Amino acid sequence: MMPPMLRFLARRLLTMLLTLVAISILVFVIIQLPPGDYLTTLIAELQSQGEAVAQEKIDFLRQQYGLDRPYAEQYLLWVWGLLHGDLGYSFEYNKPVADVVGDRLLLTVVLNFATILFIYAIAFPIGVNSATHQYSWGDYGLTFLGLLGLATPNFLLALILMYLANVLFGTSIGTMMAPQFIDQPWSAAKVASVLQHLWVPVFVIGTAGTAGMIRRLRANLLDELHKQYVVTGRAKGLPPGRLLRKYPLRMALNPFVADIGSLLPSVVSGSVIVSAVMSLQTTGPMLLSALQSQDMYLAGSFLMFLALLTVVGMFLSDVLLAVLDPRIRITGGVER
Amino acid sequence: MTADRLPHYVDPLPFDVSEAERLTPEQERYYMAPQWLMIWWKFRRHRVAVLAAIVLAILYGSILITEFLAPYGRDSKHLEFIYAPPQSVHLFHEGRFVGPFVYGLSYRLDMETLKRTYEDDRSDVQPIRFFCLGEPYRFWGFIPGRFHFVCPAKGGTLFLHGTDRLGRDMFSRLIYGARVSLTVGLIGIAISFVLGITIGGLAGYFGGWVDAVVQRLIEILKSLPELPLWMALSAALPVSWSPILVYFGITIILGLLDWPGLARAVRSKLLALREEDFCTAARLMGASPRRIIGRHLLPNFMSHLIASATLSIPSMILGETALSFLGLGLRPPVTSWGVLLTEAQNIEAVALYPWLLLPMGPVITTVLAFNFLGDGLRDAADPYS
Repeated sequence: MMPPMLRFLARRLLTMLLTLVAISILVFVIIQLPPGDYLTTLIAELQSQGEAVAQEKIDFLRQQYGLDRPYAEQYLLWVWGLLHGDLGYSFEYNKPVADVVGDRLLLTVVLNFATILFIYAIAFPIGVNSATHQYSWGDYGLTFLGLLGLATPNFLLALILMYLANVLFGTSIGTMMAPQFIDQPWSAAKVASVLQHLWVPVFVIGTAGTAGMIRRLRANLLDELHKQYVVTGRAKGLPPGRLLRKYPLRMALNPFVADIGSLLPSVVSGSVIVSAVMSLQTTGPMLLSALQSQDMYLAGSFLMFLALLTVVGMFLSDVLLAVLDPRIRITGGVER
Repeated sequence: MTADRLPHYVDPLPFDVSEAERLTPEQERYYMAPQWLMIWWKFRRHRVAVLAAIVLAILYGSILITEFLAPYGRDSKHLEFIYAPPQSVHLFHEGRFVGPFVYGLSYRLDMETLKRTYEDDRSDVQPIRFFCLGEPYRFWGFIPGRFHFVCPAKGGTLFLHGTDRLGRDMFSRLIYGARVSLTVGLIGIAISFVLGITIGGLAGYFGGWVDAVVQRLIEILKSLPELPLWMALSAALPVSWSPILVYFGITIILGLLDWPGLARAVRSKLLALREEDFCTAARLMGASPRRIIGRHLLPNFMSHLIASATLSIPSMILGETALSFLGLGLRPPVTSWGVLLTEAQNIEAVALYPWLLLPMGPVITTVLAFNFLGDGLRDAADPYS
């Protein structure tokens, strides 16, 4: 008999792998969706732009993707390539995507991770305050602000901020680092520059998630605050702050951590469109341009990467939750 | 002896057992109220939700009479007024009341910056006409007419939200865009509703392996970032499709990925409800699963479903806006708020012509209104609590 934690880990890992396999099949179906052979579309497009298409290039691609073979084999080829870090071939640059993509994958991870941290950092104090001071002006005001954040599509918020920066300061804020660091090897100065530029996209992507998080934490905490053990604690003379910290807050915190499952996909969604609008050096703009030119293999690779990001993130959050809460590692899952 | 006896009184009216608990008419109205009425009473107390409902009613009402409301046609170009700023409505001219009017625009090309500048011509008063004859249109695409709610003065202009790079009136285009933007969410939610109820209903009622498969499927779909998937699917729509086909394609894509949330709600409710006695009774009397789900179980939580569906309409409207904005969704000549916002993609253009951002207003208003309405409906959905 394995210890519960190990068994939980094994089972969770297995689900994650199965999920990834299912997602890869789904993505492959999407790749195959546009009518016609992928290459015929591409050749037609290249010719319409007046570019001659070299026969060896066509042959190379046909062989690369195994386009003359059955679908199952094509799928396996594609997955095999992905597993070896082969993201596809970029026609914009005439290079394998892996050579073009540079820091973008890492920066995408950094951006999403920073956004999640930001959401927690903002939502936690506001949610607690809204619950303990229910129906106060602060509660209403913050709830309304949160709703406004929820209702303003984040790409529009990005537009507004870019507009304001352009009008007020005459600068462009649509970047992840100072221009001299782009395509340069990582250094302390580059990291510092990224951190300096990170807050604008993080804020923009984070607004919608923060609003949802505040509402959920508030509701969870309100449920706990009305339970009898809180009344007992108060009757026994515990100071309010200590009472809050010691009992209901801990109970309300679990769903807060577990919510990363619903938060992560929406943050990744938001980061894609915000990066596309602000043309950040992440995978978002590349995904968009690949989609606009119907370069489905390239888009599929990026889609797969984003899915990997969310699925692994959810796996990590579940493990974290299992460490925090023994009930989960024994029953084997959390009901979301 | 008999004389001491107390007089014995007998009520001549027939005996009525329920007399003691007879309800006054008001009480009766309250206790016997049907469910929908109780939902309405509870909903009515939620002021913001009522306000949101009114706002939405006005917005959706406007799409019925779009052509009448818009002062200009959707695609009518005014080449002499390219990137004209919004004209503000005044009431007083030189201290004298003249009713709502705008000042005429005088155009000048700044030769140094090559920027078009428009200024109010203070001598040119152009009173706005109401219920007037203006630009001809085809009502709903086939009935010809020229009757408008507002028109510019004869020979004048009325650009309440400015014009775009082809000199098209943004305000009119906004009104036309509502027709597409507001219906995308409704059709999408209808698709997701049918899928969610069917799939969730099957999973919840039959349980077992059906449930397990559906549960895994929901988990997978939920763990995928929505927007990139929408983007990929709509990019996969054939380029050769006509705008109207693309419109339906987009709504189907939006609906296809939204059902997991609803299906999960239906499933958990069904799991709880199918153990109830009334459900066993129906089964013993030989009702088919279809009838039990549709006739006995669904009505029990329909109001909840409608409330949660209301809450997911905004994400569809935003989805369409985002897709069109990125150039992956609807394409001109179809006009939606997202299509209008594509004009704002170039941030330098927005810095010069900020009124290109105005289509954000209705997007945000609609999304907020649906959120408030959904909150109110959710609170009112269970009037017995």
